[in-house]
Amino acid sequence: MTRTAALLLALLASLAALPAFAGPYGLSVAILILYFAYAGQAWNVMMGFAGQLSLGHALYVGVAGYVAGGLFFHYEVPPIVGLPAAVIACTLFGLVIGFLAFRFRISGVYFALLTIAFAEFTRIGFDHLAWTGGPGGMFLKVAQRNTWDLANFRGPPAMYYYAILAMCSLAFVACFFLLRSKAGFYWQAIRENEDAAQALGINVFRWKMAAVAASSAMTSFAGVFFAFYYNNLFPEQIFNISRSIEIILAPVIGGVGTLFGPILGAVVLTGLSEGITESLAALGWEIPGVKQVFYGLVLLGVVMFLPNGIWPFLSRKFKL
Amino acid sequence: MTALLRVEGISKSFRGLKAVSNGSFELSRGTINALIGPNGAGKTTIFNMIAGVFAPDSGALFFKDRPIHGLRPDEICSAGIGRTFQIVKPFAGLTVLENVMVGAFLREKTAAGSRATSLRIIEKLRLKAEQPASTLTLPDRKRLEVARALATRPELLLLDEVMAGLRPTETDEMVEVFRELNRSEGTTILLIEHVMRAVMALAGHVGVLHHGEVIARGTPQEIVRDPKVLECYLGEETEV
Ligand SMILES: Nc1ncnc2c1ncn2[C@@H]1O[C@H](COP(=O)(O)OP(=O)(O)OP(=O)(O)O)[C@@H](O)[C@H]1O
Ligand SMILES: [Mg+2]
Repeated sequence: MTRTAALLLALLASLAALPAFAGPYGLSVAILILYFAYAGQAWNVMMGFAGQLSLGHALYVGVAGYVAGGLFFHYEVPPIVGLPAAVIACTLFGLVIGFLAFRFRISGVYFALLTIAFAEFTRIGFDHLAWTGGPGGMFLKVAQRNTWDLANFRGPPAMYYYAILAMCSLAFVACFFLLRSKAGFYWQAIRENEDAAQALGINVFRWKMAAVAASSAMTSFAGVFFAFYYNNLFPEQIFNISRSIEIILAPVIGGVGTLFGPILGAVVLTGLSEGITESLAALGWEIPGVKQVFYGLVLLGVVMFLPNGIWPFLSRKFKL
Repeated sequence: MTALLRVEGISKSFRGLKAVSNGSFELSRGTINALIGPNGAGKTTIFNMIAGVFAPDSGALFFKDRPIHGLRPDEICSAGIGRTFQIVKPFAGLTVLENVMVGAFLREKTAAGSRATSLRIIEKLRLKAEQPASTLTLPDRKRLEVARALATRPELLLLDEVMAGLRPTETDEMVEVFRELNRSEGTTILLIEHVMRAVMALAGHVGVLHHGEVIARGTPQEIVRDPKVLECYLGEETEV
């Protein structure tokens, strides 16, 4: 445990120093890695901890992005105010889905289908909303690129990097304590065996709702980050099911239900795939789809040889 | 003295098959009681109705004079009734300690408190705290069922064949655990058991269930001499 803590501190220190020597491209890859680590951590609360498979987490990214982005675009409400609004909106969405599913005892694959359906309905809905700009998208004004303006979330790439690094660190610490609290124990009990959990006095409905609320609230931060980092939002893209799948890949590869899984998975997937694409480009080979093939191969390898993910294997091997 | 649990004429059918019909009995506070009967007699079904897994088709259940039929299993557990599952349901991905802590969190607010309570119970049942539940032998899984239920600090403990598969010395150890629990905490116990060695050693009162009906009740000594009981067990294997 102390060894793990020391490793973590070393990692955090080197990550904090990274912008000093990484170029713009390196920084953008690092931001992408941390983004997926964060979103994966948020998804992991629902699936990894509580065992509720969501295949529609793009819903929360999109709703949060549009709420904070829209408030900024239309009324110049700064994201520091838009963020709480986005958190509330996403939590409400999560609670509605959870209520419908858990009240009517929809679980497993059917629950996953319900989450997809909601993301799809929302995509279609947003396509027809004038307020969001419809299928034509919403574009946020890009300004003030050189100074840090945290309230408006406008600044140089390093600011976005440190913001997502802080989000990742906080999410990690929050999940660390959640797992060791009553909530973590109750969620894992529900994941392992609902009947036994209920027989030990756990109100399964309430605690599942809590898991969905926590996960959707956490994911909304990723959505707001996404909106102000990329500055453009299209329902067709942000709510797309491939976005939801993208979010779950890192924790699945790294280890569902583990604290390090989402981080490790994001490093392996995004880091290596960007690295391979870059190296090939440097050699003068531009192969379209190489990233997707790489994702497929990693996924295949993990499923075949490390069905619990990379982290459980590493932690056993190195006694972390 | 008023009864801790009152069961009044409960019945339950599964698609036309009468699993329990018109079952009635009372458990006094601080007593150890056994429910015996051949396979399929309806014993587990009675437990499931008490524990809130399903409501009786008819009849009523009172715990401390409060009606409990129709409550959910978690509400029943919070009210003070703990149960084990005949077909064990460990949290396989967790360790023994974590399994028991889930139960302890019902009455303990902090993780430290839950941990301390759980470690005491684990020691009493001779389990290993850090062992993954998935690697436990069947007798240890039964012990884990007991440990988890105990961690919720029940006033009434329902034990569904927790001695099945134990060696005679292990059975005696388990019997001692329940005796001690009953003596020190005053916990009322209702156990379903095929192992007559345990029933004779533990229970002050025994009810016999056959085809969903209570056909006899009395002390263990009276029960084993009852011709009706002997008849329903004829051809059944019993360990006396
Ligand atoms: N959930 C259920 N659905 C359908 N039938 C059931 C269900 N539970 C029990 N039964 C049936 O009800 C009858 C009584 O079963 P029960 O499990 O209560 O018996 P038991 O006395 O506990 O037997 P054993 O000693 O084998 O555990 C059996 O015929 C059983 O098949
Ligand atoms: Mg049974």
